[in-house]
Amino acid sequence: MRADALPLLAAAIAAWLAIGALGLVRPLAFAFVSRLLFPLGALVALLVAGIALLATAEPVATLVLPLGLPDLPFHLRLDPLSAFFLALLGAATCAVSLFSTDYFRPSEGTAPGLVAFQYHVFVASMATVLIADDAYLFMVAWEAMALASYFLVITEHRIAAIRDAGFLYLFIAHIGAIAILLTFGVLQGGSGDYTFDGMRAARLQGAWPSLGFLLALVGFGAKAGLLPLHVWLPEAHPAAPSPVSALMSGVMLKTAIYALLRVTFDLLHAVVWWWGVVVLVVGLLTALFGVVFAAAQTDMKRLLAYSSMENIGIIAAGVGLAILFRAHDKTLLAAIALTAVLYHCLNHAMFKTLLFLATGAVLHATRERSLGRLGGLIRRMPWVAWLALVGTLAIAGLPPLNGFVSEWLLLQAFLFTPSLPQSFVNMLVPLAAGALVLAVALAAYVMVKFYGVVFLGRPRDPDLAHAHDAGRYERVALAGLAAACVLLGVLPTFVIGVIDRVNTMLVGAAVIRPGVSSWLLLAPIDAQRASYSPLVMLAVVVAVVVLAIQVVHRLYHGRVRTTGAWNCGSPEPTPRMQDSAEGFGQPIRQVFEPFFRMTRELPSAFDAEPRYRVTIDDPFRYWLYRPIARVMEKLAGYLGLIQHGRISAYLALSFATLIVLLFFVR
Amino acid sequence: MTATAYLSQVLQVAVALALAPILVGWINQCRAWLQGRRAPPLMLPYRTLRKLFVKDAVIATNASPVFRLAPYVVFGAMCCAAAIVPSLATDLPFARAADAIALVGLFALARVFIALAAMDIGTAFGSMGARREMFVGFLAEPALLMVLFTASLISGSTSLPAIVDALAHRDFGIYPSLAFAGVAFTMVSLAENARIPVDNPATHLELTMIHEAMVLEYSARHLALIEWSAALKLFNYSCIGLALFLPFGIADGSDWRALVGAAPLLIAKLAAGGAALALIETLSAKLRIFRAPEFLGTAFLLAVLGMLVNLLLGS
Repeated sequence: MRADALPLLAAAIAAWLAIGALGLVRPLAFAFVSRLLFPLGALVALLVAGIALLATAEPVATLVLPLGLPDLPFHLRLDPLSAFFLALLGAATCAVSLFSTDYFRPSEGTAPGLVAFQYHVFVASMATVLIADDAYLFMVAWEAMALASYFLVITEHRIAAIRDAGFLYLFIAHIGAIAILLTFGVLQGGSGDYTFDGMRAARLQGAWPSLGFLLALVGFGAKAGLLPLHVWLPEAHPAAPSPVSALMSGVMLKTAIYALLRVTFDLLHAVVWWWGVVVLVVGLLTALFGVVFAAAQTDMKRLLAYSSMENIGIIAAGVGLAILFRAHDKTLLAAIALTAVLYHCLNHAMFKTLLFLATGAVLHATRERSLGRLGGLIRRMPWVAWLALVGTLAIAGLPPLNGFVSEWLLLQAFLFTPSLPQSFVNMLVPLAAGALVLAVALAAYVMVKFYGVVFLGRPRDPDLAHAHDAGRYERVALAGLAAACVLLGVLPTFVIGVIDRVNTMLVGAAVIRPGVSSWLLLAPIDAQRASYSPLVMLAVVVAVVVLAIQVVHRLYHGRVRTTGAWNCGSPEPTPRMQDSAEGFGQPIRQVFEPFFRMTRELPSAFDAEPRYRVTIDDPFRYWLYRPIARVMEKLAGYLGLIQHGRISAYLALSFATLIVLLFFVR
Repeated sequence: MTATAYLSQVLQVAVALALAPILVGWINQCRAWLQGRRAPPLMLPYRTLRKLFVKDAVIATNASPVFRLAPYVVFGAMCCAAAIVPSLATDLPFARAADAIALVGLFALARVFIALAAMDIGTAFGSMGARREMFVGFLAEPALLMVLFTASLISGSTSLPAIVDALAHRDFGIYPSLAFAGVAFTMVSLAENARIPVDNPATHLELTMIHEAMVLEYSARHLALIEWSAALKLFNYSCIGLALFLPFGIADGSDWRALVGAAPLLIAKLAAGGAALALIETLSAKLRIFRAPEFLGTAFLLAVLGMLVNLLLGS
C-alpha cells in the first residue's frame, strides 16, 4: 500500500465531493445532513490525516489524471511539503466536521444540504490545491476554494452586512487570483509548459524570478491576509458560521503559506536574499498590526480574525528569515526558520480552530458574540471553557504548550543569525526580533482579554443563566484539538522529526540530528547553545503544584469558606462594573492611537442619556482603498460616456478593437 | 552531570525559597530607614506567611477553579524559574530543559494565570488590576527578552548557566552592550516586581494599585502562596541581574567547596542590591499609569540598542 498514498488521497478528495453531492440530493433533510454527511466527512478527513502523515516519509509520488481539457491532464504530486500540509488539513477538518455535526441548525440561512455541499467542495478543493502539480489544476482548485468559501461566508445571506463582507472577500480573492495567474505566466519562462516540473526546470534569468516572486507574494499574501491586502479577513471571518471561520482561519490561510513556500523554495529555488527581507518586514508589520487591532475589538470572532493576522504575520516573518538564510546558503539556520514556520502553521491550525469552534459553541449557547454581553461562562459551560483555556494559553505563546515551541524556534533562528554580507540586514535582525517579541507579548494581552471577558467574571447579561454546554460531538472535537495543542507542545522532537522531511526537501538540512537532540531534549544547533525540554518543564511545574497543595493541606489545613466578593468592602450593584472589552482594550488604544482611525463620541454633562461611543477604522481602508475606489469610480464614469445601450455602437467598437489588435499582432 | 550538580540544583531552589521572604523584609527595612521610619523586623514576611497559612481561606461564592488553582500555578512557575536562574552555581542539570526564552515564558505563564484569576470573581478592581498588569507586562516582557538576548549574543548561547559561565569564568571584559542592557534590566525589574515608579507595593489606594488590585480577593493560604511567589519573583529577578551584571564569585560546579564560598557572596550581593532598590524607590515618585509605557518603552529601546551595539561592535 505504501506507494499508493497519492491515489488514496485522490480517492479521498473524490469521496468528499461525493458526500457534498449527497447533500444536494436532499438539501432540506437536516438530520440526514448533520448526522450522516458531516461525520462521514470527518472520517475521510481522519484517513487523509493518517495517510498524509505516513506519506511524509515516502519518496515523491506523481500521478497524471486524464481529466480536465483534452490536452491538459491533471498532474498530481505528493511530496513531503504537500503531505505535511495535507496532514494539517486532515486533522483540522476532522475536528471541524465533527463539530459541525452538532453545530448547523435547520433554520439558518442556506439550506443544510447546500451548506454540506459547499463545505465539502471547500475542503476537497483545499486538498487539491495541496497536491496540484500544474498551474492549470492549481488555479481551478484555488478558484473553487475561493468560490466555495465565498458561499459559505454568506450562509446567512439575509443580513446585508454579511453579503458585503462576502463581496469584499470575493473581490480581494480575485485580485490575488490575477496575481497568481501572472506568477505562473512568469514562471513558465516562455516555454509554454505549465506543469510545475517545467517551472522547476526553467531557470529564469535577470529580473524575472524576482517579478515572479513579488507577484506570488501579492497573490498568496491576499489569501493569507498579509498587509495591505488583509481587509477582507476581519470582515469575512466573523460573517461566516463558526466552523467555516475555523476552517478558513485554521486551514485556508495555510494553503496560501503552502503555495508561497512551493513557489519560492521549490519552483524558484529561493535564491535572492532581498525577497527574504521583503517577506520579513511585511510579516512583522502584519503581525503588529493584527495584534494591536485585536486588542481593540469587541466582537469575539473579529478579535480572533485579527489574531489570525498576527499569527500569519509571524509565520511570514519566519518564511522571510528562511529565504534570507537559504539565499546565503546557511542551510541549518534556514531549516530552523522553516521548522518554526511549519510548526507554527500546525499550531495555528490547532489552537485557532479550537478557539473559533469554542466561540461557535458560545454563540449557540448565548446567541451573543459581542464581548460586552458575555461573561462568567466557565460556570455555565465548563467543558467549552476549560478546553478553550488550553487554546488560550497556547495561542498566548506560553510554555509548555505548542505556541511556545514555534516561537522559541523562530527566536533561536533570529538569535543565531550569523553576520550576513549586507550590513543593513544585520541591523534589521535585532529590530525584527524586537518587533516579534512585542507582537508575541501583545498576543498574551489579547488572549487574556478574550478569555477573561467571555468565560470569567460575572455574567454581564441575565440571559446568560440559560447558556448550555456544548453537545457531545462538539466536546469531542474541542477535546481533540486541545489534546493536540498539549501534545504538540510537550513532544516537539517528534513533530520536528516529521517537519525535517520537508526541511530536507526544501533546504537540504535537518534540525533534529542524532547525538544533539534526543526525544526529551530539543536542541536545534547544539545543546551548549540552546536546549528546551517542555516535558521536563511540565513535569517539574506539575510536581511543584501537587507538592505545594499536599504540603499546605497536610501541614496546615484545607478549609474554605465562601461568601460574597470582598472588593475592598464595596459591593458592586451591577456586573457591568467589570471591565468591558472596550475597557480592557483601552490602554492599547491609547498607546497605539496613531495606528487607529478612531472617532470618539463623548457624553456631555447635560446629556439626559449619556453615551460614549468609539469606532475604530482600519487606516488602510481610508488611506489606500478609498482613494483607489474613487479613481476607479471616476474611470468608470469616463467609460460610461461610450455606453449608449445601442447595439450598433458596441459592434462598431468591437470591430475597431479587432482591427487595432490585428494591426499589433501582425 | 555529577552529584554536585544535582546538589547545587536542589540547594539553589531551597535557598531561593528560604531567602526570598527575607529579601523582601530587608528591602522594607532599608526603605523604612531611608524614609526615617522605624523599621519592621526582618523576619516579618515569614510571620505573615505563617499567619496566612493558619487562617481559613475565604473565597467568593462565584469563584471558579481557575481562581483556586492560580496561586499554585504561579508558585510552581516561580519555583521552576528559581531552578533555572543561576544564583549559586552554573552547573544546573535542570537548566538544560529551559533556557532564557523559556524563563521569560514561565514569567508570562505566571502573569497570565494571575491576571485570569483576577478577572474570575468579576469585580471592577480585579479586572482593572488584570488589565494594568497585562499592560505593564506587554512592554516589560519584550524588554526583558531583549536584555537576555544581548547577553546571549555575547556567550553564543541562550542557556542561562552558559551565559553566566561565559561572563563569570571565561570572557572577562567590558561590554558596552551590557551597559545598555543593565539600565534596561533595572527598569524592567522595577516594573515587573510592582515597584515604584510603576506600581507601589505598599499601596492600597484603589486607583493606583496594580498587583494589589489583582490579589484583593485572595486570602489565607492562597494569598500566602501569592506573596511568596511575588517574593520569589523579586529574588529571581535580583539573581538574574546579579548573574548577568555582577557574575563574579558564582560556583562553576566543579566542586562543592565553591558552593560554600558562593553562598555568603550571594547574600552580600543581594543585601547590596536590596538596599539599592530601596534607595531607588525612595528617590522616585510613582508614575501615572499612562506614563508607564514611556518608562518601559525606554527600557525596550535601550535593550534593542544594546543588541544592536553588540551586533555592530561585536562586543
